[in-house]
Amino acid sequence: MLISNTEAIPGKDIVKFYGLVSGSTVRAKHLGRDIMAGFKNIVGGELSGYTELLKESRQEATSRMVAAAEQLGANAVVNVRYTTSSVAQGAAELFAYGTAVEVD
Amino acid sequence: MGIVVAIVLLGAMYFVGGAIEKSHYRDIKIREARYRSFPVVNARSMPDAWTATEVGLISGSVVVSVDYFKRFLARLRTAFGGRIGAYETLLDRARREAVLRMTEAAVAQGFDVVINVRFESSRLASSRGYGDGTAGVEVLAYGTGLTLGRPVPHD
Repeated sequence: MLISNTEAIPGKDIVKFYGLVSGSTVRAKHLGRDIMAGFKNIVGGELSGYTELLKESRQEATSRMVAAAEQLGANAVVNVRYTTSSVAQGAAELFAYGTAVEVD
Repeated sequence: MGIVVAIVLLGAMYFVGGAIEKSHYRDIKIREARYRSFPVVNARSMPDAWTATEVGLISGSVVVSVDYFKRFLARLRTAFGGRIGAYETLLDRARREAVLRMTEAAVAQGFDVVINVRFESSRLASSRGYGDGTAGVEVLAYGTGLTLGRPVPHD
């Protein structure tokens, strides 16, 4: 499965469009991580627990999008975009979407 | 009692937070110098003369927050308006770090160039009161990594 955030896969031609595919996940913060982050929040700097959490969640959203594309029979997803929104205090939604296509 | 703790924290974080930010900037500058020759562009497509052999989505992200002292300054600032330098450097650090991580991921995966770079940033949660809660900001940089084949010869 080729994934790209460009309008087409460079060097390949799109032969068929399958339409929009997306994947999302909503994650809450882990209490232990939150305590560490609360401490780090005083001194400033990177909150690596959150960095990891969001990275994992985004990977999850991406793999759900890819699974949706596979189900349609596509072999590539182009024009992929990511968005993040905080649904509630301490919870975030990671959303990935793109266009499922077949390239030769 | 609470006031005393706050004042001690403010004083301590002026130094500790400042030192952490300085060391982060030092690290960013060293790594940026290392990857200076690696092309990371936000052009939507590659020039026609290039041929791509491998394509892949790559990203880099980071969550950072400001220290207690800077947050206090920023809160004061919001009462009077104007430029909030503390948050400017926070976002600057986050964006540059995210780009660096994306670049490092691209190099590790053997790509030659990253095109169509996009940024996405989000506030994780609001900060409550003076330094309670978490006020992290996440910055994501993502783009398409390409491995280039031999350039197409000109006619």
